[in-house]
Amino acid sequence: MQPHFIVHDASDTVGVVVVDAVDPGQNAQGWVMETDATIAIAVCDRVPLGHKLALTDIKTGDTLLKYGNDIGKAVADVPKGGYVHVHNAKTKRW
Amino acid sequence: MTKALPTSFWGYRRENGRVGVRNHVIILPLDDLSNAACEAVANNIKGTLALPHAYGRLQFGEDLELFFRTLIGTGRNPNVAAVVVIGIEPGWTQRVVDGIAQTGKPVEGFAIEGRGDIQTVAEASRKAKEYVHWASELRREECPIDELWVSVKCGESDTTSGLASCPTVGNLIDKLDPVGVTTCFGETSELTGAEQVCASRAANPQAKDKFLKTWNAYNDFINDNKTNDLSESQPTKGNIAGGLTTIEEKAFGNLQKIGKSTRFIDVLEPAEEPKAGKGLYFMDTSSAAAECVTLQAAAGYVVHLFPTGQGNVIGNPIEPVIKLTANPKTAQTMSEHIDLDVSGILRRDMTLDTAGDALIDITVRVANGRLTCAEALGHREYVFTKLYRSA
Repeated sequence: MQPHFIVHDASDTVGVVVVDAVDPGQNAQGWVMETDATIAIAVCDRVPLGHKLALTDIKTGDTLLKYGNDIGKAVADVPKGGYVHVHNAKTKRW
Repeated sequence: MTKALPTSFWGYRRENGRVGVRNHVIILPLDDLSNAACEAVANNIKGTLALPHAYGRLQFGEDLELFFRTLIGTGRNPNVAAVVVIGIEPGWTQRVVDGIAQTGKPVEGFAIEGRGDIQTVAEASRKAKEYVHWASELRREECPIDELWVSVKCGESDTTSGLASCPTVGNLIDKLDPVGVTTCFGETSELTGAEQVCASRAANPQAKDKFLKTWNAYNDFINDNKTNDLSESQPTKGNIAGGLTTIEEKAFGNLQKIGKSTRFIDVLEPAEEPKAGKGLYFMDTSSAAAECVTLQAAAGYVVHLFPTGQGNVIGNPIEPVIKLTANPKTAQTMSEHIDLDVSGILRRDMTLDTAGDALIDITVRVANGRLTCAEALGHREYVFTKLYRSA
């Protein structure tokens, strides 16, 4: 079945939307590539294709995990099912 | 089940034993001033290709060495059958001719000073015509797959690159490295955040140290020159539109291109020819697409694999660039640029293993002579990396 979002690693705190978009209120189905597991998230923001969905409640300053690795930090709180991008996340480098 | 790997491809065996997959006669300018004469020769003699570029005057030091390595390396690449070099003056023209002549391929230089464009173009055109007749009679022969050199670099990446198109390239490398195909990845700054994971993929401590030294030097250079956090430069505007948020996220996606098991055996200077035998090499390059592919082509790589997310349209004049995407929108809206669509991985109707096999198939077909989308569309981006201002 076509997943709504894909997660690289079971420890990741964000997943990538792979359909045109997911919308608030939707119960989105996700595929975890590492474990081949299926998970579900109640979406609370519109997130377009290729953009990231929070898989857990994320607090300001939290490290974001993708590929099982550190990809930066949250600069604002993001609820589980929320949209993670440049408005609330930032590099730890440069 | 995994398909049987190809054991051979059809290529042009050159005088020095290397195998090319194209048979170009190129008209190579030493400097910016000689572009017009080179383009005039290429216009006169059908079947030749002029390679105009912006540099070659008053460069010095390491920047000058890189310039010569890139220019000479382009002429030495086995995708090139023969070379006419045109420069403003004879000294540096001859330096380029001598560097290319070491391969044994036909090459001759012409200088413009004291004669002017018209006479130079006339003489160079006669030589180019002779080369074209000769090259057009060369024939492909069947060559073992371990004589194929493949470079990789991604561009206008988005999150689909890290999910599927870069891992597809990685799957190809994991399958072709054990059979002796020579491969190369680069993009030093674009490994930032994943540099320690990348370093752990070195085949030996020397390669690991060399990699970390190279990465640190590039990172210091960026820190010394940056005016902000590089957002919109690295990641680019296009990356951000495609959902990539940070350089770290982009770096881990980028690194998927070297697969899961393959280790790199050595670290190359920009445009440096690999000399440590068959295997995967890391090259110190800019992450800008045309610069990186130009450097890899100058090192002798003959086919390039280019995963894209948002739709980079790059080509190279001498090294065919195969583009793949996993972004279903890009595959649809920019289909004329995409040689392989692996968006099925995201829908779970294609596995990574199947996608890797499909990429191996198109790579061998392109090596055998099939034109890539970039070749058919005339993309010939030839871009030098300049290290600093000229004198």
